[in-house]
Amino acid sequence: MSFEKIYKRIIAIGGVLIIGLLLSIFITLFINSSISIKKFGFSFLINKTWDPVFENFGAFPFIVGTLLTSIISLIISIPFSLSVSLFIGEYYKDTIFSKIFETFIEILAVIPSVVFGLWGLFYLAPIVRNLQIKFSLPPTGVSVFTASLVLSIMIIPYTISVGKEVIKLIPTDLKEAAFSFGATHYEVIKKIILPYAKSGIIAGFLLSFGRAIGETMAVTMVIGNVNTIPRSIFLPGNTIASVIANEFLEAITKIHISALIELALILFVITFILNLIANNIIKKVV
Amino acid sequence: MKIFKDRIFKFLVIFLSFLTLTPLFFIFYIILKNGLSSINLKFFFSLPKPPGEIGGGILNAIAGTFLLLFFASLISIPIGIFFGMFLYEFKEKKIGKICNILIDVLQSIPSIVIGIIAYLWIVKKMGHFSAIAGSVALSLIFLPIIAKATKETFEMVPFSMIETSLSLGSSYPRTIFKVILPISINGILSGVLVGLGRISGETAPLLFTAFGNSFLNFNICKPVSSLSLLIFTYTMSPYEDWHRQAWGCAFVLIILILILNSISKVGLKKWKVKF
Amino acid sequence: MESKILKFENFSAGYGNLLVLKNINLEIFEKKITAIMGPSGCGKTTLIRCINRMHELNKEAFHKGDIFLNDKSIFEMNPVFLRRKIGMVFQKPNPFPHLSIYENVLAGYIINGIKLKREEKDKIVEDCLKKVALWEEVKDKLYLKGTQLSGGQQQRLCIARSLALNPEIILLDEPTSSLDPKSTVEIENLLEKLKDNVTIIIVTHNISQASRIADYVAFLYLGELIEYGKSEKIFTAPENPKTEEYLSGKFG
Repeated sequence: MSFEKIYKRIIAIGGVLIIGLLLSIFITLFINSSISIKKFGFSFLINKTWDPVFENFGAFPFIVGTLLTSIISLIISIPFSLSVSLFIGEYYKDTIFSKIFETFIEILAVIPSVVFGLWGLFYLAPIVRNLQIKFSLPPTGVSVFTASLVLSIMIIPYTISVGKEVIKLIPTDLKEAAFSFGATHYEVIKKIILPYAKSGIIAGFLLSFGRAIGETMAVTMVIGNVNTIPRSIFLPGNTIASVIANEFLEAITKIHISALIELALILFVITFILNLIANNIIKKVV
Repeated sequence: MKIFKDRIFKFLVIFLSFLTLTPLFFIFYIILKNGLSSINLKFFFSLPKPPGEIGGGILNAIAGTFLLLFFASLISIPIGIFFGMFLYEFKEKKIGKICNILIDVLQSIPSIVIGIIAYLWIVKKMGHFSAIAGSVALSLIFLPIIAKATKETFEMVPFSMIETSLSLGSSYPRTIFKVILPISINGILSGVLVGLGRISGETAPLLFTAFGNSFLNFNICKPVSSLSLLIFTYTMSPYEDWHRQAWGCAFVLIILILILNSISKVGLKKWKVKF
Repeated sequence: MESKILKFENFSAGYGNLLVLKNINLEIFEKKITAIMGPSGCGKTTLIRCINRMHELNKEAFHKGDIFLNDKSIFEMNPVFLRRKIGMVFQKPNPFPHLSIYENVLAGYIINGIKLKREEKDKIVEDCLKKVALWEEVKDKLYLKGTQLSGGQQQRLCIARSLALNPEIILLDEPTSSLDPKSTVEIENLLEKLKDNVTIIIVTHNISQASRIADYVAFLYLGELIEYGKSEKIFTAPENPKTEEYLSGKFG
């Protein structure tokens, strides 16, 4: 057997390990949540109560909380991430301005979640508290909305990282053709750039959405950790990730621990699917 | 009207772009303002005081962070490079493509889920929290970063380098280890630094693994604290002095991350191999 | 009479469904410069890549017939050892970017894990760099990266690298196509000197280059060997009308 073949045999172990690693992550989550899966079955997803005392567990409040925070944060972030993507990828493409902007956005991306939480709790929450007082809601400061605000800032870099690249990729001759017809820059962006970059930008949103769904620390620190479905976005709630962070260490009963691990399994499956879709789109575009 | 719309739109884009940066500047300003005032030598070199008492430092967290990063590197760097070499070697084969997706999946797993996994794999088996469980959790985040960096830098090596090496009568594995790997080492190193920056700020995976420890500990089988864990517990505590220290700690953490990232950036430019 | 070092016997090669070389019969003479010429796509590069079995690196590649090095079939040899006997220089200068000038000359030893004494190394580096007329230019900066040299210097370094393993043949694939005229002349002069010790096979599409340096010329057209002979003869009285057309610049 040649050296090349021996090398390839050895290196192929890497593939076995990668597949094994992912499989064992899935199996670990699945086995350890089996008590909960067996007991609650599908109703786990739609049950509105999460009650450790009476051992009645339903994920619905957290699914709602997770979807609310991620969707609101995504909506808030869209105008900003689109603007920066256009700023870097089109208006000031390859200039010193866009270099500076890119650097700042990169720095924004490396700030740890826990630091966002610290800032959100002491600076954003008081602002939200004033809002709550205006709407005569309990002035908790921490709420689904506070969490969404923090999240929206955190996910902006993810959309931009994909958005600016797809906008940069648009062929110059396409744009020049439009300009030669007398189109303004705005019209070129609306009629050429955005339609062209659409799927890439959507992939960026999906990646950001996935991030927002799994984000833990910042959310845990500012969402208020209440295990019921929030009646208003200005009231406290909980997400799948934040309830795990909050209760996993305190959980004593087997069924409680198992239910929390089932939540982790749900989170894993959702981000898995989102990631597959987003990467599929990106691979097609770029 | 046409021109007006164009101008308004451009203004809006620029305005919103700058608005995006305001939280960044705000956060940095606050961290500087609140963090710098807490920082002195004593802050770095003393251990926390009992809850509620004024004073104390973050030595336990600094030591813990380095311990966690060290063991996470020890686990992740060799395995990550190995995975990267696999992804490169099999990139055109079906198994390589599948594993490439799986590495992306691994990277996208929420950090709290990683924490649960490491808890179930290590803490549950050992029966108690430990630094090594924390390092394993961080490794699961670190691994895909290194694997991708390795694969991507390998791919940047021109095929002519491989051909030349083979034409000099070297075997394929020798070409990998003596030519491609040395040429790629800077790119991999920069990936390692970026990854270190990323995992040094991770908190969620450590909650149920490294757990935290208000004493100095270098035993990997015992719990340790980290800068990020300390920020979390101090922030959520009712004590004002701990809040102040959380800011100080955030300052230290951000500086650490920025240093790691800038070394990787400057380094990448300076060490970048020219073909 | 000149002795033959390399012999193609009914040799064909290609990729997948594409036959690139068709039934080549060719004998290469020792310590001469043989130029392989022809319009682009005629199989010149494939021909020399078969000599050191680099052709088979492509998964689709196939070959029929045989090539003999000193009367021994190269396909019966271990490709690794065959390649150590046959040096190769590529179109674009490509010194190893992670190695210094000194180490680049010794790359064949370093990569192959052959340990040498310090004096041996110094001697090889000095000899090879002198052979390629680079010694005077770089002797004070041997620690610099090979990629910091100019294009012409880099290509001479690459030739030195292939000489360091004492090959019997060196193959050059359009070695001057990316160089300026001055560096091109330097390389040509250098090859003329080198042929005292080593057999040189050079692929070129530059007709005047071939006429300047080659002792023998092989003219390939659409994968077939149209004409082969002493350079004076090919350039003054080609037998095949196609050769004449090519030399007078009618195609390619």
